[in-house]
Amino acid sequence: MTLAELSFKLPDLLPAGAEIFLLTMACAILLIDLFVKDKERTPTFALTQFTLVVCAAFTVWLSSGDATPTQTFSGMYVADFFGAFLKLTLYIVVCVVLFYARTYMLERAPAAKGEFYSLALFATLGMMVMISANHFLVIYLGLEILSLSLYAMVALQRDSVRATEAAMKYFILGALASGLLLYGMSMIYGATGTLDITRVANALGGHGTGHLLTQTGLTKTIHDAAISANAAAGGNKMVLILGLVFLVAGLGFKLGVVPFHMWIPDVYHGAPTGVTLFIGTAPKLAAFAVVMRLLVGGLATLAGDWQQMLIILAVLSLAIGNLAAIAQTNIKRMLAYSTISHMGFMLLGLVSAVGAGVDDAAIKAYSASMFYVITYVLTSAGAFGMILLLSRSGFESEELDDFKGLNKRSPWFAAIMMILMFSMAGIPFFVGFFAKFAVLQAVVEAGRVWLAVLAVVFSLIGAFYYLRVIKLMYFDPPEDATPIEVPGEIRLLISLNALAVALFGIFPQQLMAMCFTTLQLSL
Amino acid sequence: MEFKTLVFYFLSAILLFAALRVITARNPVHAALFLILSFFSAGCIWALLRAEFLAIAIVLIYVGAVMVLFLFVVMMLNINVDRLREGFWRYLPLGALVGILMVLEMAFILGGDYFSKLQPHAPQMAAGYSNAKAVGRLIYTDFVYPFELASVVLLVAIVAAIAIAYRGPKKTKYTPPGKQLRVHADDRLRVLKMQAEKDE
Repeated sequence: MTLAELSFKLPDLLPAGAEIFLLTMACAILLIDLFVKDKERTPTFALTQFTLVVCAAFTVWLSSGDATPTQTFSGMYVADFFGAFLKLTLYIVVCVVLFYARTYMLERAPAAKGEFYSLALFATLGMMVMISANHFLVIYLGLEILSLSLYAMVALQRDSVRATEAAMKYFILGALASGLLLYGMSMIYGATGTLDITRVANALGGHGTGHLLTQTGLTKTIHDAAISANAAAGGNKMVLILGLVFLVAGLGFKLGVVPFHMWIPDVYHGAPTGVTLFIGTAPKLAAFAVVMRLLVGGLATLAGDWQQMLIILAVLSLAIGNLAAIAQTNIKRMLAYSTISHMGFMLLGLVSAVGAGVDDAAIKAYSASMFYVITYVLTSAGAFGMILLLSRSGFESEELDDFKGLNKRSPWFAAIMMILMFSMAGIPFFVGFFAKFAVLQAVVEAGRVWLAVLAVVFSLIGAFYYLRVIKLMYFDPPEDATPIEVPGEIRLLISLNALAVALFGIFPQQLMAMCFTTLQLSL
Repeated sequence: MEFKTLVFYFLSAILLFAALRVITARNPVHAALFLILSFFSAGCIWALLRAEFLAIAIVLIYVGAVMVLFLFVVMMLNINVDRLREGFWRYLPLGALVGILMVLEMAFILGGDYFSKLQPHAPQMAAGYSNAKAVGRLIYTDFVYPFELASVVLLVAIVAAIAIAYRGPKKTKYTPPGKQLRVHADDRLRVLKMQAEKDE
């Protein structure tokens, strides 16, 4: 083969600059950490945070110009406002999570202090890849980078039997979920002849599968020819639906919605709390992005089918998540079940876009979901952060009883926890209320009043266990009078976190409008 | 029947037999060997479908590297087969039911119109056509992004495995001679004064 035959143009690397920088830094930090003598790994920690800040600056700079989505790497990578906004949220969340988890992980996993940061950065890379993916293969690879890092992070506390067991469960179920997802993707490939999300959408939309054939190999052309011959007969509908079922099942696993939720309580409970904090926050953003890219971006023509599937998942999650959370005595398990119910609630927004088209009403419904997931991540980062702060070396503050009389021990922390719990319960004038309200509004506008009523009923049931935490903090005597020692910067950070939850509750419009605009510019 | 079809059925029969023996063989070493046979037959079927690159890859990577390693692990670990087999008969009816249902469902989908229509489009390649060349060309051009991401997956796997399994340098019995020479009797030896027992 001569060079002329290789009609290949070097892809534009600039849109993916943040990913490339993060990968380079993750590798560099991995090496630098070997020479760090500091017991507390301060240089590693500082470099990790520096990387996140530079990535954030780069993403802002890149998206400050042109609003049209740009594609690179043969259309496998897409840089748009939706991705940029989610990535910015992701950097902030990871940064805050690493601050909260630092002391805790130093004590719990002394042998792998530096690896915690490298793995966290690799996980962040996986999430960024997922957020910007425009190709089934890239989505899968991003997911694997994220999942592998998470399995390892759970197992970092290797002398704990519970953590090892949680890692094993997470690994096996996660591998199964990846298998389901891949199988679904292969079926959709069989039906449409392409793995590129834009091309899948075009193939299903029926308007000319040929016009995007600029960068394809031989097999794709042959497949496309077969597709056009077959699409008319409608023979691939069944194959598509089969693929869709597997795809939704795989995504359900990653989001942790019923009936694919089995791993959530065990992993949240067994993992070191610092890792639970990581698993319970940032990956939700990436999972949401993948759901949007795959179902809304690629398979919008099948919206009628996946909406039905998601409604079932959502209703089951709301019911089982909220009811099972009541029975928990461990606050990590309680928050795990609460995650399940919140993810179910978030799905309600996704199913509320009427029809397959993308009009303003549909964007409003999707942006309600986006608002929900962003505010949930913010709130749950604070809640898990509180559990971390109350823990100290040799003591895990993870039973509900450990929160007894917190008001007497530290009124300020009790107030912070109260704000977070109120927000999760959806009590008015905290951000959780507006998130629920926006989703419910979309559900009612889509004409599914029964669904909205169900969601409200289960949220009311759910309010019980959030309010129980507040009751324990304010009306029960403390069992443990040890003073709470928290470094100043963490105290400031968690206060800011709670303040953000309260402030977004008073002024939700800005964030809501931002979600709406980013989706409008990207879909 | 064409000769090629005959070869296909012959290879498929070996593949199915070997796959079945993997889960029924009593001896784990035999099971691993049957797995090698099934991989090899699958490679032959790929070669029959003119996907010679995949055929070579599966023989080199799975048969040559992965399975040999696996065989070593199986031989070194003394696996108690009878404990693994506990409850086999108890779970068989349910497992068989689920398996049969899944096979029927797949047959329903794959036997439908769509995939039977897709078959006649097998491409006719020119004489000098090379799969390896085509795959290589795509990997380094259009698919360079997923290719690099796959390398990150491998890197994460290495980092994860070391972070979990590495437990610091092993304390062997080796002592540096310099340290050995600096040892004094006082460091190691303690003389206890004891009252001598009197012989009656």
